Amino acid sequence: MIKLNHDSYPDNYIRGILNTVKTIAMVGFSPNTSRPSYFVFKYFLERGTRVIPVNPGHAGKEVLGQKVYAHLADIPEPIDMVDIFRAPEHVMPVVEEALALKPLPMVIWMQLGIRNNEAAALAEAAGIKVVMNRCPKIEYGRLSSEISWIGVNSRTLSSKRAQILPGGVQRMGLGSGNGNDKGKEGDG
Amino acid sequence: MADVERTPGFNTLAIHAGAKPDPATGARATPIYQTASYVFDDVEHAASLFGLQAFGNIYTRIGNPTCAVLEERVAALEGGTAALAVASGHAAQVLVMHAMLTPGDEFIASTKLYGGSINQFNHSFKSFGWNVVWADPDDIGSFERAVTPKTKAIFIESIANPGGIVTDIEAIAQVARKAGVPLVVDNTLATPYLCKPIDYGADVVVHSLTKFLGGHGNSIGGIIVDAGTFNWSRDRKYPMLCEPRPEYSGIVLHETFGNFAFAIACRVLGLRDLGPALSPFNAFLIATGIETLPLRMQRHSENALAVAQWLSQRPEVAWVSYPGLASDKYHALAQKYVPKGCGAVMTVGLKGGYDAGVKLVSNVKLFSHLANIGDTKSLIIHPASTTHKQLSDEQKTKAGAGPDVVRLSIGIEDVADIIADLEQGLK
Ligand SMILES: Cc1ncc(COP(=O)(O)O)c(C=O)c1O
Repeated sequence: MIKLNHDSYPDNYIRGILNTVKTIAMVGFSPNTSRPSYFVFKYFLERGTRVIPVNPGHAGKEVLGQKVYAHLADIPEPIDMVDIFRAPEHVMPVVEEALALKPLPMVIWMQLGIRNNEAAALAEAAGIKVVMNRCPKIEYGRLSSEISWIGVNSRTLSSKRAQILPGGVQRMGLGSGNGNDKGKEGDG
Repeated sequence: MADVERTPGFNTLAIHAGAKPDPATGARATPIYQTASYVFDDVEHAASLFGLQAFGNIYTRIGNPTCAVLEERVAALEGGTAALAVASGHAAQVLVMHAMLTPGDEFIASTKLYGGSINQFNHSFKSFGWNVVWADPDDIGSFERAVTPKTKAIFIESIANPGGIVTDIEAIAQVARKAGVPLVVDNTLATPYLCKPIDYGADVVVHSLTKFLGGHGNSIGGIIVDAGTFNWSRDRKYPMLCEPRPEYSGIVLHETFGNFAFAIACRVLGLRDLGPALSPFNAFLIATGIETLPLRMQRHSENALAVAQWLSQRPEVAWVSYPGLASDKYHALAQKYVPKGCGAVMTVGLKGGYDAGVKLVSNVKLFSHLANIGDTKSLIIHPASTTHKQLSDEQKTKAGAGPDVVRLSIGIEDVADIIADLEQGLK
């Protein structure tokens, strides 16, 4: 595994994570529709990712058809990635909970503005990939070129066209990043 | 694993940034999306777009795929996180101040600015309750002394129009940092090819795209680049960015969009509500112009230096203000901020005063007598008889537009032809 400094991440590292993760548990999820966690939740649900909200204050409720759990340990299915929307000082207990899961998650992701090096080191020692101080929705938008529609510098160049996802013209896919993806048409 | 990712150079970015092949058609040139609006995939998708929960196109006043190519390209060239293209350079300045100031606030601006910006700040902005406080870039202390608790921003030009003045961006960035306010730099005359203000501490960069970025004198446009460097929430002084926005059911833009929140605020609050959208056709022309920006700026600078050197030897000429000249007052600053060249624009003082200025603009055959800069063509104007006609002689001189002053924007024609035209015009 490559050694990361967690200040910047290679695009292929992020793309690899977003391309493999099928189930995300969102710790610190808010059902308030104007909170960032709700944005990310809805965005990945719309892309067909399974997203499981975690928040003890809202446990048992359903949001957009998804049941909210109190703790990671309560989720009755394997989780690929834990996405943490908690302040840095509350990250360590979440990572400890994640390390107790069987099977272990592949990825621990801390949101934009959140970084905890100690917790990251602990997760990495268990073979888990870590991303800190990033938003998976923004990273997905950046690497799929969707975010270019709102004038954001995606820091990517390509002479290959971006992949349009089935189900709509304004939804784009990540591709493999090797420039050989066909620009697939949506099915309407 | 192909994890070594190259950082592309400036020339490559000028051509490729923002312009992947069109995902829908494969068109390699950027298509002109000449449409007012975009169909939604479904009702849910529409709701997500309106709520800022999904990335995508709604209506061309708020965003357009052709304009977006231009935005990403300029953001990449300036080293910013995002950009917003608008209808003119002046519109860019309105949107920047709209996002930073509330009525009764102040901003500090350099006295050495494009005359149109001085007018905009002195009159139109005052009617919004945005109060300009002027400071002299030749005296950095005047910026420090101008800071008050109401100060929300500092505004300067990198190379100032018209006089060939180079501003000490880094020194003024320090004043801004100490005051806890963003530094806004108008980089129109330098362009990111000659100077990248973000490297020296600018938090926001604006341009009149009408000038060198478009480069061909065929489109009016402006742009705002977000450096992603300013903390809008720290002192809770910027409610557009750090407070829940009632326009979007309580979203806090800085928290939601992180280091490109300023560009988003200018788009979803400023552009959406004030409305100065750029035409996609203009965006296409300007983005195409930018592909040759490095070549043009190099030639503009070489030609201008040769013309400045030639003019400073002429008996009809009292002085030449061009920072590329070794004798120029701003030469040391130019070597720091614009080492590749000083751009196209200079002012020239004629010994024959007002009449000599009028004679020169009437006699030239290659130079066009008009109010613009940054065309491939060489341009000339005599401010005292045109843009600054209404001012007293004393006011004209203070504004760098005394009766003897002629402003030149040197084009990329053969320099021998440019000099020959000036020679016959001066006779
Ligand atoms: C330095 C500078 N800033 C801003 C502007 C205003 O730009 P626009 O004419 O595109 O509104 C100009 C135009 O001359 C300019 O030279």
